[in-house]
Amino acid sequence: MRHLLSAADLDAAETTGILDLAEEMALVQGRPVKKLPALRGRTVVNLFFEDSTRTRSSFELAGKWLSADTINISAKGSSVSKGESLRDTVLTVASMGVDALVIRHMASGAPLQAARWFAELGLGVHVVNAGDGTHEHPTQALLDAFTLRRHFRASQPDAGRDDHQPFAGRRIAVVGDITHSRVARSNVELLTTLGAGVVLVAPPTLLPAGVDTWPVEVRDDLDRVLGEVDAVMMLRVQRERMSGGYFPTPREYTVGYGLTRARLGLLRPGTAICHPGPMNRGLEISADAADSAGSLILDQVAAGVSVRMSVLYLLLGGADESGAVR
Amino acid sequence: MSPTSPLTSTPTTTDVLVLGADLAGAGPANLLIRDGVFADPADARPDAVRVDAYGLVALPGLVDLHTHLREPGREDAETVTTGTAAAARGGYTAVLAMANTSPVTDTAEAAEHLLDVGRATGTAQVVPIGAVSKGLAGEELAELGLMARSPAQTRVFSDDGRCVADARLMRRALEYVRAFDGVIAQHAQDPRLAGPDACCDEGPVSGRLGLPGWPAVAEAGIVARDVGLAELTRSRLHVCHVSTAETVDVLRWAKARGIAVTAEVTPHHLLLTVDELLGYDPTFKVNPPLRSAEDVAAVREALTDGTIDVVATDHAPHARHDKEHAFVDAAPGMLGLETALAVVVETMVRPGTLGWREVATRMSSVPAHIARLGGQGRPLAVGEPANLTLVDPTRRATVDRAASVSLSRNNPWHGRDLPDPVVATWWAGRATYGR
Repeated sequence: MRHLLSAADLDAAETTGILDLAEEMALVQGRPVKKLPALRGRTVVNLFFEDSTRTRSSFELAGKWLSADTINISAKGSSVSKGESLRDTVLTVASMGVDALVIRHMASGAPLQAARWFAELGLGVHVVNAGDGTHEHPTQALLDAFTLRRHFRASQPDAGRDDHQPFAGRRIAVVGDITHSRVARSNVELLTTLGAGVVLVAPPTLLPAGVDTWPVEVRDDLDRVLGEVDAVMMLRVQRERMSGGYFPTPREYTVGYGLTRARLGLLRPGTAICHPGPMNRGLEISADAADSAGSLILDQVAAGVSVRMSVLYLLLGGADESGAVR
Repeated sequence: MSPTSPLTSTPTTTDVLVLGADLAGAGPANLLIRDGVFADPADARPDAVRVDAYGLVALPGLVDLHTHLREPGREDAETVTTGTAAAARGGYTAVLAMANTSPVTDTAEAAEHLLDVGRATGTAQVVPIGAVSKGLAGEELAELGLMARSPAQTRVFSDDGRCVADARLMRRALEYVRAFDGVIAQHAQDPRLAGPDACCDEGPVSGRLGLPGWPAVAEAGIVARDVGLAELTRSRLHVCHVSTAETVDVLRWAKARGIAVTAEVTPHHLLLTVDELLGYDPTFKVNPPLRSAEDVAAVREALTDGTIDVVATDHAPHARHDKEHAFVDAAPGMLGLETALAVVVETMVRPGTLGWREVATRMSSVPAHIARLGGQGRPLAVGEPANLTLVDPTRRATVDRAASVSLSRNNPWHGRDLPDPVVATWWAGRATYGR
């Protein structure tokens, strides 16, 4: 794996490999001293063109726990605001001798473009997409899969279900603003690769063009979906969309598509509740749902560090030739 | 002819006798270029430069209705000198220069200045297009009449890049230019419907890539409105760079109704599809965006049956740094002048859809007529201005963006095997390109 740009680039075996390694990395999280020497001497730069708290700190912790030198650059309001091109900005950072660039950008495709420019110049920098516009957020999908896999293995050990294929036959609902959600796109790619069925639930205004060509089921009645799925993934309603005419009022959105207290009763026992955060409590998810027994939201946050450790480790060659973790 | 051909240094006072060229599909004949016009070949002087053109096709010099020369204001991307050199290399003898320069061509003085620069430094006729609205702001009419009555004799007006979205302003513009036989060339893009960042045909590709969609109806809707306004005002409307099947349907309806509407298609909309965007390469960012294969088929059919009247390049050179941004932030546009005929040959001539006579019509005589250019797009006949493009219908080459004479390198055809048809160009009897 040279870069991690898109969940679509991962096949089932690669994905499972990342998740399996993340399980090992998760053990580090439980230790008093959270440090592996694997990436000592390697440098990882978090180049964030867009504000982020959890993703950036998650990548930062992941790098630090692997003993990489990790720095954060907020490109927002720096050279970019002085008119520098994206190419010049990423090449400037990459030319400092860094090993990996973790890039978040408000524009779709920016990390992929950076990887192409590096390739053209023969720079061996690894690129991780930490969220690009409304395109993809592959490590979010990986941490969602990690969390769900654990949940499925632990709480729903159906008779006859193959533990090595925990997603087979599962149905997962992704609810809300699909159009603008990079989380949704990456999850559609990854969850279907792993064998799960994905049901997108949204008002028609928040469904992307061409969604009928995606390998998913599309529904608009959340109440009828909730009792049919093994997990429900609520998407954040971005405040700036509320004046965009995508739905009449926040109240109407909540009535139609919020995971309200009343809707909790429609879920089958053991149904997982996920949310990529930050949550708008009372809008797309009620406090009752967010804090319920089925909620995996904090597990997702914890999984973020493990999964990103796994990704950085695999990209930067932390494994020896046998594939074993050093 | 070799790249060291003496054509480019041939003084205009010397006779040039072009032997045996197929005159736009009418069969082989000789042409004599003398003093800027075509003369009777039988009168050629003994010392005439003789050009062996057997097997070549002679076209009237091509006329581009839609060129961005970037001068004044962005001479780092293109100048009149380099832009017209690209034009000559592409077989063009006249280009209409879009008004969205800096400053904008929205006054008689600005138009006249560009005319003068063109005369002083151009290797093709430079015809200024005037802005429809002051500063392209879409609020008040520019000085349309003064530009028309200036030495530039502007007849084409456009806020290209910025749709004249205000229906009332569009109506007034159409009414006003009727007084001097002008035409409003509209970049049809409903700004509210497409949205400010629209950069990808709205469909499966935009949905998957997470790029802001540009729905086809945002083009067709404006064209539907504008043909209605053209009918109301009994004025001439020209639709820039038609990109969708829906727009073709509207044009077909309007023409059947007798409305005075003409339309253009670009070479890139004749060949490339939205799938080029899958790698987020800003070279392929253009406005309107590349569309679906069905749209490409529709615009080809429309060019064949005359629903779309002309091919225009929308030659849009950009400095490298203006393309080196994230896709949504990169400048839209691609080079076109040097390769337009190549793409038309590839998509329309080689498949047998258009003959050379139709190529001459759609790339020379009709664009000249729309712009009311008396000295361009004329037949290859004695007494006519010697605007001539010699074409080798069989030659192919791999496009190399480094070989361009444009100042910019945003060439969507780089690395692609295409026809390489243009052998030589004469503008008003002056050799402006030869290889």
